[in-house]
Amino acid sequence: MSTDVHELIRKPPEAANPRLAALGIPELDACVHCGFCLQACPTYRVTQLEPESPRGRIHLVAAASQGRIETNERFASHLYLCLMCRACETVCPSGVQYGRIAEAARELLGPPGGPVARGVLRFVLRRVLPSPRRVRVAARLLHLAQGLGVIRLASAVLPRRFREMAALLPPVPARSFPSGRAYPAVGAARGRVVLLSGCVMSVMFPEVQEATVRVLQRNGYEVVTPAGQICCGSLSAHNGETASARAMARRNIDAFLAAAPDAIIVTAAGCGATMKGYGHLLKDDEAYAGRAAQVAALTRDATEFLDGIGADPPRRTEAPLRVTYQDPCHLAHGQKVRAQPRALLSLLGADVAEMDGADRCCGSAGIYNLTHPEMSQTLLAEKMEAIRRTGAEVVVAPNPGCVLQLRYGAARHKVPVRVVHLIDLLDEAYARS
Amino acid sequence: MPTKLLLEDLRRLVGPAYVLTAPEDVVVYEQDGSFMRVMPQIVVLPASTEEVAGVVRLAAAAGVPIVPRGAGTGLAGGAVPAEGGIVLTLARMNRILEVDVANRVAVLEPGVVNLDVSKAVAPHGLFYAPDPSSQAACSIGGNVANNSGGPHTLAYGVTVNHVLGVEVVLADGSVVTLGGRVPDTPGYDLVGLFVGSEGTLGIVTKAIVRLMAAREAVGTMLAIFDDFDAATQTVTDVTAAGIIPAALEMMDDVTIRAVERGLALGFPLDAAAVLLIEVEGVREHVDEAVSRLRLLCERRGARAVRVAADEAERTVLWKGRKSAFGAMGTLAPSYYVHDGVVPRSRLPEIMRRVREIAADHGVLIANVFHAGDGNLHPNILFDFRNAGELDRVIAAGEAILRACVDAGGSLTGEHGIGLEKRAYMSWLFSPADLAAMAAIKGVFDPAGRFNPAKLFPTPPGCGEAQRAPARIPAGLWI
Repeated sequence: MSTDVHELIRKPPEAANPRLAALGIPELDACVHCGFCLQACPTYRVTQLEPESPRGRIHLVAAASQGRIETNERFASHLYLCLMCRACETVCPSGVQYGRIAEAARELLGPPGGPVARGVLRFVLRRVLPSPRRVRVAARLLHLAQGLGVIRLASAVLPRRFREMAALLPPVPARSFPSGRAYPAVGAARGRVVLLSGCVMSVMFPEVQEATVRVLQRNGYEVVTPAGQICCGSLSAHNGETASARAMARRNIDAFLAAAPDAIIVTAAGCGATMKGYGHLLKDDEAYAGRAAQVAALTRDATEFLDGIGADPPRRTEAPLRVTYQDPCHLAHGQKVRAQPRALLSLLGADVAEMDGADRCCGSAGIYNLTHPEMSQTLLAEKMEAIRRTGAEVVVAPNPGCVLQLRYGAARHKVPVRVVHLIDLLDEAYARS
Repeated sequence: MPTKLLLEDLRRLVGPAYVLTAPEDVVVYEQDGSFMRVMPQIVVLPASTEEVAGVVRLAAAAGVPIVPRGAGTGLAGGAVPAEGGIVLTLARMNRILEVDVANRVAVLEPGVVNLDVSKAVAPHGLFYAPDPSSQAACSIGGNVANNSGGPHTLAYGVTVNHVLGVEVVLADGSVVTLGGRVPDTPGYDLVGLFVGSEGTLGIVTKAIVRLMAAREAVGTMLAIFDDFDAATQTVTDVTAAGIIPAALEMMDDVTIRAVERGLALGFPLDAAAVLLIEVEGVREHVDEAVSRLRLLCERRGARAVRVAADEAERTVLWKGRKSAFGAMGTLAPSYYVHDGVVPRSRLPEIMRRVREIAADHGVLIANVFHAGDGNLHPNILFDFRNAGELDRVIAAGEAILRACVDAGGSLTGEHGIGLEKRAYMSWLFSPADLAAMAAIKGVFDPAGRFNPAKLFPTPPGCGEAQRAPARIPAGLWI
C-alpha cells in the first residue's frame, strides 16, 4: 500500500461532544504555553517528552475539549503519568491551577489502569476509605498477614509487579489512632483544635498522631478528634472519583465544624491541600459551599500551625542533629508551606543541610508508587542520591507518603539515614526537656 | 518511500518510544510559545548526532520536511511545522559535554537548558551571558537558531557573540564542524551564518560557547515613574550620559498588573512604568553608577528609586521581569508579541506611537522590553474566541512593525522571523538582498526540506516557485 506520509493526519471529530466540552474549564485560559513548567516537572525531566509535561497535558485537555483529539487510553496514560505534585504551579508565571485541570480530566476518565485495577481501586476508594472501621479491619488483616509471613510466602508465587508492591508495604502496626476523643491542654489553655485522624495516618502512623496530640497539648491546646470524621477524600479526588471525594468532604465538614475549633490540624500534606481546597470542591453545592470554605480557611498543616503560634522552644541536643528536609509536594507546592517547617527545625537546633531539589517529588505521590512503579523508582533513586550527598543522619518529611517512600528508599539504596515526620523530632525534644 | 517503512526505520534508529505518531502525542508539538499551530505527522526525539544524521537521511529519502524544535518556547512560530512532516525535537540531547575553565569554553548539546549552563559553571566564577527571559526553559539549540538575546544583551551582545563553533548535520546527513574553540578561525564565517538561521540550513547538534567571568559587584535598581514618557526619556538620558548599564529594561502598567496577578512580587500597581536597571563592575564603579542613575531618574520625575539590598531582592526584581510574558495569561488567554527594534534615540517617539496604535485599533497592549537596546516587546492581548478581535490584533502588530522600520529600525531583535513575520521581510530587504539569502539557502538545503515556510516571504530558490502565500496561511491562526 503506497500510503503517503500526509495520510497520517487524522481528521478531527466534526464537533466536540458535550462530555468533552465540559473539560473546557476556565483554568485552561490562563496557560500561554511559555514552557516555564517543563523543567519543574519530574516526569518531563525523566522522559523529555512534551506529552508528559504540564504544558503538554494542559494542551491535551484543551485539544480534547475542542474535540480535536480523543480521550482514549493514550490520552489517559499522559494524564495519569502525572504525579500531581503541582511543582508546575509553583513556577507558573500566570498562576495556572494545573491540579484543577488534571483533576477535571481524571474525573472524566475515571480511575487509572486496566479493568481489574480500576475495579479494585474503585472498591477501595468507594467502599473502604470512607469507612474508618473498614480501614481498621484492612490494616488489622495486613498486620496479621505480615506477622504470619503470609505476604512473604504469597510474594514468592506472585508476579514480579505484585512482589514489588508487597515490598513497598511497611510493617502495619497492631494498634490504630482512635477518633472520638478529647485531650485537654497542658497548662494555661490557649484554644481548641481539631485533629484530622486520617485514614492512612491513623493505621500506619498512630505514633505520629499521638505525638501530635502531645505536642499540641504541651503548647496549650485542647485537641479533639471528632468521631464522625473520615478520610479527607484526597486519594479519590486525585484518581477520578470526585463524587466520592465530595461525599467524604461533606461528612468531614459536619464533624469538624460541630467541634467549633480554632483550627483544624493536619499531619499529612495531601490531606491538608485537599481540605484547603474543600471550598472549590463544593463550590456548586449550595448547602455546603459556605461551610466548606470555612473548613478550608481553618485548615492548617501541623508545622504551619506550630510555627504560627510560636511553639515552645524545646531543650536542644548536645550535638546538633545533621538533618535534611524533604518538602512534601502538597505542602510546598499545594499549600505554599516551605519556611515554617524549616523554622521549626531551627527551633530544634538542627543543622539543616539542604539537598538538591528538596521540593522535587520523591515518587511516592499517594498511590503512584503502586500504579507507576517504574517512574516512581527512577525518581526515588535520584532522591536517595541527593540525600546521600548531604551527609545527613536524619531526613525529615512531614507527610506519611514521603516517610514510607524514603524509608523504603533508604533500605533499598543503602543510605544510612533515619526518616521521620517532623512532629516526631519535636515530640522527642519536648520529652527530653 | 511509503510511510510505514519510514516509521519502521525511524523506530529502529531512535527506539519506538521516541517516534510519536498518535494524535494524543503529536498534538502537543503543534505549537511553540506563539499562538500559531499546525499538527506534525511525526515527532522524533534522537539522542545523538548520529541519530540526528540518520533521521535527516531518512527524511530526505522519503521527501518529508524536518522542523527542528528545542524547548518550544519560541515566540515567532519557528518550531511550528507549517508544512507538516517531522518535528525533530532535540530535548533528549541535553548534556553539558565539557567545561574548559582555563579557556572559558563550554561544549553543549542543543537540548541543554540555557540557565543550566550558568548554574553548572557558577562554582568557577563563570556564567553564560545571553539570558533570554525564558532562560529557565529555553535551550541552547533554540538560542543558536534564533540568535537569542536577553536583558543583558546591552552589555554582552547576543548569542552570535558567544558561540565559537557549532557541529551541524547538513541536508545530506553529513556532519560538519564550523568554527572552533578559539575566537578566530580562517575562511567564511559559517558560524555567523548558522547562528540565527532558524533551522533552515541544518540541524545544530553541538555548540561551543564562550563563558564570561562574573563581575565583582552588581547594582540593581527599580525606578518607578508616574508618567510613561518620563520613563522612556530617562532611557535616552542614560545612554546620552555615556552610561552603559548591563541591562536597562522597562515594564508598563499593564505588564505590572499581569506580573502581580500571577506572582505577587510587590511591583507598584499604581505606577505608569518602571525601569529595571542593572550595572556591573568593580565595587566603586557600581556605587558611582548607581548614584548617577538615581539622579538621572529623579531628574525626570521618578517617584521612587529602589536599589536591591541583596541577592534575594535582586532575584525578585528579575523574576518579575523574566516572568512577564508567561504572566500575560492572567490578563487574556492569548497574546501576540512583536519584537521590533528602533534606534535608541527614537524610543520616546516610537512608544508614543505604540500607544496611539493600541488606542486606534482598540487593543490592549502590555509593554515589557529591552529599552536600552531600543528593542520593543509590545504584547497585544486578546481572546481568539472574540469575533474580529484577531484581525485588529494583526493590524495593530503590523502598524507597530511598520513604524519601527520607518524609524530606521528592524523587524526583530531576538525572537526571529519564523512564520509570523516572514511577510514583512520585504519591508527591510530588497529583492536582490532576499535573492542573496535564498541563494545561500539553496546551497545548504537545495530541496527546501529544513523548516520550510520560514524566514523568507516566498519560497527561496527557483524563481517560478511562488506557491507559498506571502502571509500567514489562514489555518495557522488559532
